[in-house]
Amino acid sequence: MAALALGDDALVLSHRLGEWAGHAPVLEEEVALANIALDLLGQARVLLSLAGDEDELAFLREERAFRNVQLVEQPNGDFAHTIARQLYFSTYQHLLYTRLATTDSELAPLAAKAAKEVAYHQDHAEQWTLRLGDGTAESHERMQHGLDALWRYTGELFQPVPGLDIDWQTLREQWTTTVTTVIEKATLTVPEGPQSGAWTAGAGREGLHTESFGRMLAEMQHLHRSHPGASW
Amino acid sequence: MATAHKAPDVARDGAAAAAVVTDITELEAVFDAAVAADERIEPRDWMPDAYRATLVRQIAQHAHSEIIGMQPEANWITRAPSLRRKAILMAKVQDEAGHGLYLYSAAETLGVSRDELLDKLHSGRQKYSSIFNYPTLTWADVGAIGWLVDGAAITNQVPLCRCSYGPYARAMVRVCKEESFHQRQGYELLLALSRGTPEQHAMAQDAVDRWWWPSLMMFGPPDAESSHSEQSMTWKIKRHSNDELRQRFVDICVPQAESLGLTLPDPDLRWNEERGEHDFGPIDWSEFWSVLKGNGPCNEQRLTQRKQAHDEGAWVRDAAAAYAAKHSDHDKDRRPAAPGTPAEATA
Repeated sequence: MAALALGDDALVLSHRLGEWAGHAPVLEEEVALANIALDLLGQARVLLSLAGDEDELAFLREERAFRNVQLVEQPNGDFAHTIARQLYFSTYQHLLYTRLATTDSELAPLAAKAAKEVAYHQDHAEQWTLRLGDGTAESHERMQHGLDALWRYTGELFQPVPGLDIDWQTLREQWTTTVTTVIEKATLTVPEGPQSGAWTAGAGREGLHTESFGRMLAEMQHLHRSHPGASW
Repeated sequence: MATAHKAPDVARDGAAAAAVVTDITELEAVFDAAVAADERIEPRDWMPDAYRATLVRQIAQHAHSEIIGMQPEANWITRAPSLRRKAILMAKVQDEAGHGLYLYSAAETLGVSRDELLDKLHSGRQKYSSIFNYPTLTWADVGAIGWLVDGAAITNQVPLCRCSYGPYARAMVRVCKEESFHQRQGYELLLALSRGTPEQHAMAQDAVDRWWWPSLMMFGPPDAESSHSEQSMTWKIKRHSNDELRQRFVDICVPQAESLGLTLPDPDLRWNEERGEHDFGPIDWSEFWSVLKGNGPCNEQRLTQRKQAHDEGAWVRDAAAAYAAKHSDHDKDRRPAAPGTPAEATA
């Protein structure tokens, strides 16, 4: 379950970042976003392979069987929205992997390697949060909007994942401290309001997703499903 | 080590420079001798205006092609049929953005800016390779682009590694290494399809049928109609004619198509024992000129997407610039303000 949950997180966010290819605001970001997407896809492949066959799991499961958090499936929106998603998620992933690396979990070796990649993702997200937050009036407003809009998906990050020996409460405190520091340094305001929808509790981990996710899977899985049994 | 063709460096050597020749015919002679001796021309060397202009045009077009060329392939990233293929494709599209960056940097050594060149691309004053105006309709197109389009690009670009202009030649060395890798991946993708189910085989054949002729057009018009060729060859920007490179490409592709188990869509294609090369059928140059003039299947779509990405990203670039202006000097408190700096700029 743990490998599947973390693998789905990485797979789905990688897919969303892949949608940016050819649309980024500046060439350097074409490289950076693709780079992060590739790192995540690499992590997803290792994790899903621990859980079964990577392609069967990615292309032949339906929406209700995916275990990713809802945060990573959120549509890209504008660049600030994407960066807010990256800030929330990469901070979480970095804290989680760093801890996981010290446990005796079978995921520890992967976590140790991935923590290095994720530290880079986190730095990228933080640097852009600062630039957008403390850039122009427009970028400030957009960045604040991205942070606000995605805040309600952050509570789910700290729902315990069965099989992972992690102190989730401490993880949550560290995440909150880190994210707060960056947001405030960026002259932005930490969103208030609930960190989850009223009807959810670890919904993504239980296979309950948001509406855009089904469409994302339809696109991702279409070709593979059109040729049953084919190899590529 | 000083080379024969170094022009006097006025900034470094002001007094001596005054005494040194500024006679243009003499500078030209030094330049021509350097090119003839296969020496590299570097950014600070004197060069004829037309040489500079030709290089700016060619390198910019090359950079633009990398950037526009991301689109037909990125079109399939979200639909790639396996995670391995998806990773390969993402890495490839990322490499293309990187190639665009090297090439814009090489162009900038000639005194133009990336922004200026992008503006010319967006306004249609500079072109990109006509091949990217064709659509990617199936997954197999990703393989056909790798094998044929990248293959044609490599055939064109390997000689550019010896181009007379140093920064361009060095960029090409890096680009060609990665392109060769992409080409092998494209070939391997097609091979998997060709050996797969009948549907997959048909998909691969259809893609090759659609991409073959446009790939041959990538070498440019026939030698007789190529306006820039002769001068570029004299300057050693180009090393081979369009038709020579096209022939070389056909000769490479024929056996590869055979081992792929796919056919090339040309009934006139056959080995010519006498010439030791393949004969091949006539190219539809009317299609080539039409695509080049903006009437290909995707010209409008490609440019619109590029402009849209740029325009929609303006606020992000503005934010980065505004942030940099505010935070560029971390130790500004310890440094006196530059004379004439408005108060707001350092606030």
